Amino acid sequence: MEAVGPPPAPTAVAPRHWRRRFPLTAFLVRRIAAGLVLLLATSAFIFFATQILPGNVAQVVLGRNATPQSVASLEAKLGLDEPVVTRYVDWLGNAVTGDFGDSAVQLGQGAKSAPVASELGEPLRNSLILAGITVLLMIPLSFLLGVYAATRAGKPGDHITSLTSLVIGAFPEFVFGTLLILVFFSLLNVLPPVALVPPGTSPLAEPEALVLPILTLLGVTLAAGIRQVRGGMIDVLESNFVALAEINGLPRRRILWRYALRNALPASIQIIAQNILYLLGGIIIVESVFAYPGVGTFLVEAVNTRDVTAVEAVSLILAAIYISINILADFLVVVLVPKLRTRL
Amino acid sequence: MSAEEKVALRVSGLEVATTKGAAIVEDVSLTLRQGEILGVVGESGSGKTTTALSLFGYASRGARVERIAVEAEGERIEDPRRLAALRGEALSYVPQDPGTALNPSLRVAAAIEDMLRAHRRGAEGRTPGQWLESVHLPGDEEFGKRYPHQLSGGQQQRVCIAQALACGPDVVVLDEPTTGLDVVTQARILRELVRLRDEEHVAMIYITHDLSVVAQIANRIAVMYAGRIIEEGPAEEVLARPRHPYTRGLLASTPDHVHTRPLQPMPGIAVGVGDRPQGCAFAARCPQRQDRCLAAMPDLLEVGAGHRARCLEWERTPAPAAAGGHLSRRDLAGDHEVLLEVRNLAAEHRSRRETVVAASDVSFSVAKGACVALVGESGSGKTTIARTIVGLHPVAGGEILLGGESLPADAKKRSSGQRRRIQMIMQNPADALNPRRTIEWSIARPARVLGGMGRREAGAEVRRLLEAVRLSAGIVDRYPHELSGGERQRVAIARALAADPEVLVCDEITSALDVSVQAAILELLDDLRSRLGLATVFITHDLGVVAHVADFVLVLEHGLVCEQGPAAEILARPRHEYTRRLLESAPSLSAALEAWQTVGDTPAEAVLEGTGPGGGSVLDSSGG
Repeated sequence: MEAVGPPPAPTAVAPRHWRRRFPLTAFLVRRIAAGLVLLLATSAFIFFATQILPGNVAQVVLGRNATPQSVASLEAKLGLDEPVVTRYVDWLGNAVTGDFGDSAVQLGQGAKSAPVASELGEPLRNSLILAGITVLLMIPLSFLLGVYAATRAGKPGDHITSLTSLVIGAFPEFVFGTLLILVFFSLLNVLPPVALVPPGTSPLAEPEALVLPILTLLGVTLAAGIRQVRGGMIDVLESNFVALAEINGLPRRRILWRYALRNALPASIQIIAQNILYLLGGIIIVESVFAYPGVGTFLVEAVNTRDVTAVEAVSLILAAIYISINILADFLVVVLVPKLRTRL
Repeated sequence: MSAEEKVALRVSGLEVATTKGAAIVEDVSLTLRQGEILGVVGESGSGKTTTALSLFGYASRGARVERIAVEAEGERIEDPRRLAALRGEALSYVPQDPGTALNPSLRVAAAIEDMLRAHRRGAEGRTPGQWLESVHLPGDEEFGKRYPHQLSGGQQQRVCIAQALACGPDVVVLDEPTTGLDVVTQARILRELVRLRDEEHVAMIYITHDLSVVAQIANRIAVMYAGRIIEEGPAEEVLARPRHPYTRGLLASTPDHVHTRPLQPMPGIAVGVGDRPQGCAFAARCPQRQDRCLAAMPDLLEVGAGHRARCLEWERTPAPAAAGGHLSRRDLAGDHEVLLEVRNLAAEHRSRRETVVAASDVSFSVAKGACVALVGESGSGKTTIARTIVGLHPVAGGEILLGGESLPADAKKRSSGQRRRIQMIMQNPADALNPRRTIEWSIARPARVLGGMGRREAGAEVRRLLEAVRLSAGIVDRYPHELSGGERQRVAIARALAADPEVLVCDEITSALDVSVQAAILELLDDLRSRLGLATVFITHDLGVVAHVADFVLVLEHGLVCEQGPAAEILARPRHEYTRRLLESAPSLSAALEAWQTVGDTPAEAVLEGTGPGGGSVLDSSGG
């Protein structure tokens, strides 16, 4: 009976499996489990790619002129004399507890122990601060500018916003970063051209040094966010339910936020998540341009010195962040789209 | 309903034009009294939706309200921009497609709450739950917390109606509110509207292309053609004694399952915006045209009590054809050769989580020249059966025989000869034709691939087929978007014929078309059947159409055959409860006119009164 009878309605029967009672939690648990499996596969890939592809790690670290004795001794220190699977399991087991092993390069130089984890701590924190501030600015700016452009679609306000963000976004990070240095340091001399953070101090102690790196990252990532929010908003603003709300005289503000933006959010969140992922790559370049002591700089140095352990550690951490952001975005979308949420 | 009721809305001198200056709607004036339902009827492009929207000061992209005068709430507004003040106050709107008209992320009760909060009169009185109850939806919290996608189409439309009423308007404008809903739901919504008109004392403007629907509920009818009202008057007058030849033509094109008579398609097609002639816009298609009709647009002339028509020759408009007449229904008892046979067919829809039975134990056979109709509501499995026959949907059981030999289930495994012999025509001709290929290419393709014709031979065949479907050969170089919906469907039919088939599977081929175009397509199909001896499987939800085309009918519900038999038999003496319900719900013009003559009420009122007080019992009596 169409008038009274519920269609496929949620029937409330008392004791049921928790997965039915808390479908959203169950979804999250499923996604995290899948993410862990993915991370495991990634870790194996990282490990075998770095350990096996270049040949003998100790040889690579020590260079061509190393004596067979020193190679053998480093192999022993790095545990290379054990079977590769055992080494992988050990490495992974330690990595889970935050121990990424000793820096191969420093061991090669004779150090007794040189845990990568402690060396990585500070660069990681610095990068997270840089990326975090960028993300905190990028999200509201994407929405504000995107909604602004959408409500003025086809008018000058839209053209200026869209065109400016697009032109800036079209520059590679190093070009835009260099341009900013040119303007704000060479011409105006108001901001420092590098963002050096002495070891042991926080980058927040000298916030003006962060301005240009953040501006560069914003410049290259904002365009995609604005475009998506604008496009999504325009689509929703043209939808039937927005037209009906207008015809039936609902307040403009209510229509804009609760009817239009609310339904443009999910697609925007996906794009913004991708933007954040892009940021993870972009930050390596931007850190180099501004000589900022973050993970990017650390990774570049590790690659240059062939510090296999350090490369593995950074790669694994970046992969974990990558996967977490994807899970978070998927989860938010499901929470925000009733059709997806109620069908879990 | 008395004529002395207060005027709820008066619109005069409405002009809407494209931003380039071509008139879309011209000289439209409407008067609506309290507690009255005015049916505005017209085919696509007649300007009926544009008219409705301009009352709200709303124009779709590319259009502009040039002139309007609206009297509502004792105020006269002439500035289109100031009409926005009436939105949700004096007027509210119920849209065509409830599925897209509700905010997908807003709970049902909150959607009504929005209307209550935004409007002066909405704040008084009832809660969202009570408004839901007023349209016979559950008013409890559980229901109010649902999202639109958790409702059926009929429930969604009820929510839209509750929303439109909640702001306490004088007039509710309903734009094709039941198009896209199945007939049973449609009948319920129509009864609901009549009840609400009487209980809430609102006036309604009901816009539709379907005369048999408007006959169910309207007190007065205005017929639109090419942007103008061409006839208006009391509903019974207009339907029983149409004075404009276009109204008469529409009536003659409207299928009817109660008293079926041959359809009489109107010649020609409607004039588009920008092509309108100086004189009467209908003159080119009019059988009673005189020279003076071409000189100037006729005024609306008084042709009866409160009945006006925009025709100089209105006195010559013949009375509508009486029911009866000869229908070219074929005799099934004859020893016609059976072409297609479906035996115990079963089909399923599989998704990750569940398997839904789309058809189960369906058996029928189609003889040469015969037409078998598969009837049912959406979800009854009728389209799946059609797709199974042509090999587009996997068979879960049973078999399909063509000319006595069993066909492989998958179209890819059928020989080109087998594929040639069964052709399908789809519901939406706009999607079924390749938009980047010319008409000639599209029609020639099956002739070349399946018929093995050479380029020149196929070219000649295309022209022959275009003539067969009554299209001019001049369109061979055009692309689908340059044709009208009816023309595109004819091209699709020509393409199916190009394969020289023996069986034609038609899936709702007229449901996207206007009634006058539908009548022409049905007539064409009938003609092709008798000339070429085509066996036809006709899928439809429209019992009126069934009455006109089918020799044999299968009534389907949830993939099961409820009833099957000769069309005349099923329509006149349905045995199954579901068939009966479908037949009762399907709107019929002739039945509506009869109801007027005997009861003096609109049919929906008669139904309401016939079942005693508390219309709810009618609404709740049948499951679904």
